[in-house]
Amino acid sequence: MTEPRTVDLEVLRYRPERDSEPVWQRYTVPYNHDMSVLQALQHVKDELDGTLSYRWSCRMAICGSCGMMIGGKPKLACETFVRDLLPGPIRIEALAHFPIERDLVVNAEGFIRKLERIKPYLIPKEPRTLAQGEYLQTPLELERIEQFSSCINCMLCYAACPQFGLNPEFTGPAAIALLHRYNDDSRDGGRAQRMEVLNAEEGVWSCTAVAYCSEVCPKHVDPANAVNQNKVNSAKDYFLRFLSPKGATR
Amino acid sequence: MSRDPAIGYRRPMRSWWRRDRFFVRYMLRELTALAVLVYAIVLAVGVVRLSQGEAAFDGWLQALRSPLSLLLHVVLLLSMVVHAHSWFEIMPKTMPLIFVGGRRLAARTIQRTGWAATVVVTVVVFALALWARA
Amino acid sequence: MKRSNAPIFWLLFGAGGMLSALLGTVLVFITGLAVPLGFALGADWMSYPRALAFAQHWLGKAFLFVVIALFAWHAVHRLFHSLHDVGVHAGMTAKLLCYGTAAVLTVAAVVGLLSIGF
Repeated sequence: MTEPRTVDLEVLRYRPERDSEPVWQRYTVPYNHDMSVLQALQHVKDELDGTLSYRWSCRMAICGSCGMMIGGKPKLACETFVRDLLPGPIRIEALAHFPIERDLVVNAEGFIRKLERIKPYLIPKEPRTLAQGEYLQTPLELERIEQFSSCINCMLCYAACPQFGLNPEFTGPAAIALLHRYNDDSRDGGRAQRMEVLNAEEGVWSCTAVAYCSEVCPKHVDPANAVNQNKVNSAKDYFLRFLSPKGATR
Repeated sequence: MSRDPAIGYRRPMRSWWRRDRFFVRYMLRELTALAVLVYAIVLAVGVVRLSQGEAAFDGWLQALRSPLSLLLHVVLLLSMVVHAHSWFEIMPKTMPLIFVGGRRLAARTIQRTGWAATVVVTVVVFALALWARA
Repeated sequence: MKRSNAPIFWLLFGAGGMLSALLGTVLVFITGLAVPLGFALGADWMSYPRALAFAQHWLGKAFLFVVIALFAWHAVHRLFHSLHDVGVHAGMTAKLLCYGTAAVLTVAAVVGLLSIGF
């Protein structure tokens, strides 16, 4: 198939100071075989329309900045290639389920607060002195948490999650995956302190195992697993809490 | 420096599940619950009719032989198959990471085990039913 | 954050889902197709005297109760959440209608099975 010389982008624009609601705008950019959707957007901003707003940084799928809906699916623009979306037009929209601040920039404040709420740091099992030296961790103990620690906070999973879309109070995939990453870390003793978040309706119990979050995750974190595993833990905590003063959490 | 998480344009969630084939599959999975409920009702009615005597129960048996009931049960049968398939498909996500001999137990293994169990149960139940013939 | 009571219904949902995944197909086939059509098992397989004998035995009672109840509680939990998914306000009315249906089916099964006697 002969490759085209240009490709069209259809971008959902939103400028709160002049738009009452979002509006689609079409741009025609020169095409080459290697270009990513991010590069196409860079061309628009550099050469066609400097008012287009979007987040980006590393260009290599590690910073998590450039998440957006491309062809209706949550993707990182820097690792989505125009050649895979030909002939176009390529529809680009801000990440689903988040309020649009401007163009392709969403309000991520709620997500940041959820990350803070789950206590994303090691809480030692007991006080530890420097003299005791470093924690030792086996490769197997690391493997238990490694995938869950790979999250780049790109929020694609939230854009994929209809339960978050229906209820923005839902703690959500990435936050719970991070929570699980600490709970299952052999060095951590903070499980009981994190239960309150899990046990709430907005904790694991808003999840209905759609599992699209795990499908779209660019780092294969598998947040659906983190959330649904913890339904068992939350249920155990619910039923066994009266048996022990601190609840049933390990 | 804190910001209001509510600032910004909210897009409607209307018909969200029609946006993507993945969501359509999800809704079909959830819909199989209707078949499970309908079958539970059929059985419950059968139990109640059984408690009401031979004439009542024969009425229930008669209803099961009607073309409408047969068609319904074909639909229920297909739904049960979709339910079983989608249940085992999601089952690995509900389990903690399992390591066997130092290697991670694959999701596919868990799914196949579930299906195998269903086949075994089906064969055993049908064999029992054959053994218990009048 | 307030603790949710979802675990109760979720456990019932899970148990019923597993049971219906394993048994649903064969049960629907036997009671809904094979017997009414007289296929393989004979048209009398579920006749009144045989069904009565099954339901009078404590094992038969347990089987029927567990199947009806767990299938019902599984289904209503999922249907309740599906209502929420399609935008129906999942408030107290919806909850009562859904879980109430399962309660009614459970009670009907218990009353029916007990009045069948031993």
